[in-house]
Amino acid sequence: MQDEPTPTELVQAVADFLRTDIAPLISGHQAFKLRVGINALDLVVRQLTQAAAAEDEEHARLKQLLGRDGDLLTLNRTLSEQIANGAVDLTTPGLKDHLWQTTLAKLAVDQPNYASYKREVGRGTDGS
Amino acid sequence: MIEAELSRCVAAFMPGATGVRGAAKLSGGASQETWRFDIVHPDGDVGAILRRSPKGYGAAPGRAAGLNNEAALMRLAYAAGVPSPEVLHVLQPSDDLGTGFIMRRVDGETIARKILRDADYAQARPRLARQLGQIVAGIHSIARDALPDLREMNTTTEIAELAREYGSFDWPRPVFDLALRWLSQNDPGPSAEVTLVHGDFRNGNLIIGADGVRAVLDWELAHLGDPMEDLGWICVNSWRFGEIDKPVGGFGPREELFAGYEAAGRKVDSARVKFWEVMGTLRWGVMCCGMMQRFRIGPDHSTERAMIGRRASETEIDLLRLLAPRGEG
Repeated sequence: MQDEPTPTELVQAVADFLRTDIAPLISGHQAFKLRVGINALDLVVRQLTQAAAAEDEEHARLKQLLGRDGDLLTLNRTLSEQIANGAVDLTTPGLKDHLWQTTLAKLAVDQPNYASYKREVGRGTDGS
Repeated sequence: MIEAELSRCVAAFMPGATGVRGAAKLSGGASQETWRFDIVHPDGDVGAILRRSPKGYGAAPGRAAGLNNEAALMRLAYAAGVPSPEVLHVLQPSDDLGTGFIMRRVDGETIARKILRDADYAQARPRLARQLGQIVAGIHSIARDALPDLREMNTTTEIAELAREYGSFDWPRPVFDLALRWLSQNDPGPSAEVTLVHGDFRNGNLIIGADGVRAVLDWELAHLGDPMEDLGWICVNSWRFGEIDKPVGGFGPREELFAGYEAAGRKVDSARVKFWEVMGTLRWGVMCCGMMQRFRIGPDHSTERAMIGRRASETEIDLLRLLAPRGEG
């Protein structure tokens, strides 16, 4: 068993150090690249803390929607194929909700400041 | 040092020019670079931009029109009254600078977020959607027989191209499949009219001043096709930079873009524009995935590229907002 601190804590500490102590010292294109790097570390922290629960929910929805078992990647491949060949579409019960919940969970990790995400997450799960 | 080659080059094409100074690379990947510099001239320095592929990187990949075509198109646009930098010189082998061209530098802002938020552009902003309609109408009015050799695309070939690129990533994205299915089922077919299409006409590829649009840049993706493609592309949410209720580049409503376009004597097909907006949203998503691929296989192993890969999900939420909306707005 690996000891503490956790990967999340370590990455968070590095991101905070770069943001607080280093970023003010850097300018120009290097500052831009540093900011992108800090954004990447922040993304990693969000993924480490949020993705497992979100992927468990996604996995459960996929099993329900497709009526079969398999790992997450395989079930996503199956769903992609079924959408592509028209076996399922937006009139299929659960599909629209699944795509929305999955996409919102991805954005929560990837780009939580994206304006479309902020608009949609403010609607609540039923879209109202 | 590039200043030596540039000095010889400008002396050969601009009478009186004695050299260059202040050469600085603005951007560049492995295959294409942009430099700024000043041409030293007794009547006053001339601000200039070099856009080039260094020697050994001649071939334009995939969709690119090629630098010589870009230069030819910018000259045609300039002559047609489209705000455009004046092309001063197309590089020749004897210039020893690779392939590309030198243009006059246009002052102004290209960074979309600054254009949308800074006080300097507050006067211009409300006019931009309409002005962009007029400008893109000017691009679409350039006579076909004057154009260099360009690839021709239509809705059906573009759908096939995006499907092929998405397939090559071998990574399932059910929302992309939903979009491809919608595009195939709603394909309006080839446009009755085929014109020059800029291909990347959007906020971010424009030089804006307090007085409005000063130049249209980046003709790299120019091709022949459905003129409505350019109107749809500038409405893609990714180019609104947060101003999501102002579809035209974050500047204003579609109606103003269309009014500017029609005032210039051309006709809008709003259903086709909407179709191209969906296509464009998917296209940017596929391009983000392509950035991830190039990050992974190199040689440009940059964090920027990697992080653009994580922006593909932005286009997924925008595709859902277009195709499976949960509410108004």
